[in-house]
Amino acid sequence: MSTLTIRSLRKNYGAVEVLKGIDLEAQNGEFIALVGPSGCGKSTLLAMIAGLETVTSGEIRIDGRLVNSVAPKDRDIAMVFQSYALYPTMTVRENITFGMESRRVPKPQQDEAVKRVAAFLQIEPLLGRKPGQLSGGQRQRVAMGRALVRDPKLFLFDEPLSNLDAKLRVDMRTEIKKLHHRVGKTTVYVTHDQVEAMTLASRIAVMHQGSVQQFDEPATIYNRPANMFVAGFMGSPAMNFLPAELSEEGGRPTVVLPTADGKTASLPIVQALPSDTPRQLLLGIRPEHIYRFDPDLARRKPSIAQINAVVELVEPTGAETMAVLRLGAKEITGRFDPDGTPRMGETVTLGIDMARACLFDPTTQRLI
Amino acid sequence: MGDVSLDQAQDRHAATVAARRHFLTRFVIYGLLVIFAAIYLVPLLVVVLNSFRDQQEIARNGLISLPRSFRLEAWGQAWSTYCIGGTCEGMQRSFYNSLKMTIPATIISTVVGAMNGYILSKWRFKGSEALFTCMLLGVFIPGQISLMPWAFILGNLGLSNSTYGLIVIHVIQGISFTTLFCRNYYVSIPDDLIKAARIDGAGFWRIFRKIILPLSSPILIVTVIWQFTGIWNEYLFGVVFTSGQQQPITAALVALTASGTNVRAYDVMSAAVLIGALPPLLIYLFGGKYFVRGLTQGAIK
Ligand SMILES: Nc1ncnc2c1ncn2[C@@H]1O[C@H](COP(=O)(O)OP(=O)(O)O)[C@@H](O)[C@H]1O
Ligand SMILES: [Mg+2]
Repeated sequence: MSTLTIRSLRKNYGAVEVLKGIDLEAQNGEFIALVGPSGCGKSTLLAMIAGLETVTSGEIRIDGRLVNSVAPKDRDIAMVFQSYALYPTMTVRENITFGMESRRVPKPQQDEAVKRVAAFLQIEPLLGRKPGQLSGGQRQRVAMGRALVRDPKLFLFDEPLSNLDAKLRVDMRTEIKKLHHRVGKTTVYVTHDQVEAMTLASRIAVMHQGSVQQFDEPATIYNRPANMFVAGFMGSPAMNFLPAELSEEGGRPTVVLPTADGKTASLPIVQALPSDTPRQLLLGIRPEHIYRFDPDLARRKPSIAQINAVVELVEPTGAETMAVLRLGAKEITGRFDPDGTPRMGETVTLGIDMARACLFDPTTQRLI
Repeated sequence: MGDVSLDQAQDRHAATVAARRHFLTRFVIYGLLVIFAAIYLVPLLVVVLNSFRDQQEIARNGLISLPRSFRLEAWGQAWSTYCIGGTCEGMQRSFYNSLKMTIPATIISTVVGAMNGYILSKWRFKGSEALFTCMLLGVFIPGQISLMPWAFILGNLGLSNSTYGLIVIHVIQGISFTTLFCRNYYVSIPDDLIKAARIDGAGFWRIFRKIILPLSSPILIVTVIWQFTGIWNEYLFGVVFTSGQQQPITAALVALTASGTNVRAYDVMSAAVLIGALPPLLIYLFGGKYFVRGLTQGAIK
C-alpha cells in the first residue's frame, strides 16, 4: 500500500511563484506522468515530493502521512535523476549499496539485495566498474538499480531517458514499463516528452506555467483535452486549430469555415453544445482525423464532413505522409496513408471526422 | 586519372610547406622559452655555485664565476654554526620554527577552506553568498593593512613573539584563498549527487567524507601547495611579530645578511638562502604537475 496525495501545493522562489496550487493524487501502484514544457515546474514538484525542496504552502501526503517537513531519507522514496547522479568515485556496487550503508543494513542483507537487483537489471558484469567506465544506457540501468534496491514506497523519476539517444530511449521506455509492471510500485515520472507520458502512464498530469492543466487518463487527455494548451502539447504533429463560426443548417448546429476556393463550408457538429456556446469558435482537429474524402469512407463513418483544401507541401516519413493543406488563410497538417497521399498543388476534398473534433472557446481557451 | 596524381603531388607539396612552417614556429617558441628559462635560472645557478665556493675565492674572483673547488663547509656552517646576532647556531632553529609554523597553518587553513567551500557551494543558506563575498575581500586586502590589528589581537591573546601567534595569523589570512579555491571547485560538482545522497540517507558529514572528499584531491593539492609556499615565504608578519629565537627562516635570513661584521660571508649566505628555499622548491618539484592539473580541471571529467 502506498499512495501519494498533493493538495494546493505552492512553491515560491522569492517573489517568483513557480508552482501555483497543485492538486494530484496517485493510487497504490499507479504510474503518474508529469508532462509539460521545460520550465513549467515539473522538477520542482518532484523535488518537493522527495523532500529536496521546501514547501511554501499546501500539503504532501505519502500513505496518508503528512510529509511536508520530513527529511528526504525518512520519506521512503527512491529517485532516478536525469543526470543519473551516480557517485563518480564509487564502483557500481558501492553506488547501489551506499543507501543501505547509510542505513546500516547488515552486510549479508546488502549482498543479497545487490545480487537480486543486478540480476533483475542484468548489470552483474558492471558491478566492479566506476560510472566513468559505463555507457549512457548502462549508467541509466545502474541509476535504476540504486533506486530499486531500496524497495521504497514511491518511485520518482526525473526525465530519466532524456540523455539517451533516440533508439535507446525507446528501448528503455519499454523496459521501464515492464519494470513497473513487475514491481508494481507507485511511480511519479517527470518527462517533457508526451509520447513517453502516453505510453507509460496510467494517468497524466499536463503542467504549464506552474499549474496542472489536466489530470486524467491518457486517452481522455488525448481525445478530450481540457484546453488548447493540452490539445496543442499532446500529440505530434500538433492538433490543428481553425477559427470557425457557429451556425445552423436544417435545425442542426454547424461550424462554418473558409475553404480553398474562397467559399465557405459548413460542417455539422456531432457533440451536444451548451447554451452559452460563443458564436466564434476554434475547431480543433488532429492530423490523423483528416482523410482524403471518398464515398466509401463516408458510408463507414457517418461523422465525416467534406471540405476542399489546396495541398501546399508533402512530407513523406515512410510509414505515413504529412501534408500541409491550405484552408482559406489557414494552414493545417494532415496525416495520410502513403498510398493515398495527395500531390503538391492539387486541390483535394478532405473528409474530416467531426466525431473526433474538439471545439474551443477562443477567449477562455477551454474545451466546449 | 592524371588529375588525381596531380592532386596528390600538390597535396604533398602543401604538406611539406606546412611541415616547414610548423618547424620554424616551434623553433622560435622553444628559442624564446630557453632564453626566459635562462633568465630565471641564472641567479639561482649563481647562488648554488657560490654555496660550494670558498669565501676567499669569491672575494678574489667575484660573485659570478665557476667554482675552483667544491666545498660543503658553507652548508654546514649555515645550518648549525654560523653566528647571527650573537647566537651561533646557524639556520636550524629558524628552519624548525618555519616548519612548526607552516605545517599546522597549512593543514588547518586547508581543512577550514574545504569545509567552507563545501558549505558555501552545497549547503547554501540565506546570506551565504554575501558571506562568501565578504570572505573574498580578504584575497584583495594586502597583509600590511592588518599589521596593527594583529599586533593588538596577538597582544591580547598573549601570543606575541611566538610561533603559535604566526600560525593564527596565517590560518586566518589564508582562509580567504583556501575558501575561494575549494568553493569554486566544489561548485562544479553536480548538486544532484548531494540530492541523491540525501535520499540515500547520508547527512552533512557522510556526504563530505564519502562523496566530496574523494573528489577533492586536485584542489586540496593546489591549496596545500599554495598555502605552504605562501606561509613559508612570508616575511612581513614573521619579522614584525617575532624576534631572536622565535623567528621563522625568512626573518632569520634577513637578519643574517644584515648582521654585517666586516666581511660578508657570501658562501654561507648562499647556502642559507638555499636552505630557506628548499622546502617550497621540493614541494613544487613533486607537486607542480598536480598544481597545474588541479587548477585547470573540474571535479568531474
Ligand atoms: N532554485 C531556484 N531559484 C529560482 N528559480 C528556480 C529555482 N529552481 C527552479 N526555478 C525556476 O522554477 C521554474 C521551474 O523549474 P523546473 O521545476 O526545473 O522546471 P522543469 O523541470 O519543468 O523544466 C523555472 O522557471 C526555473 O527557472
Ligand atoms: Mg526538469
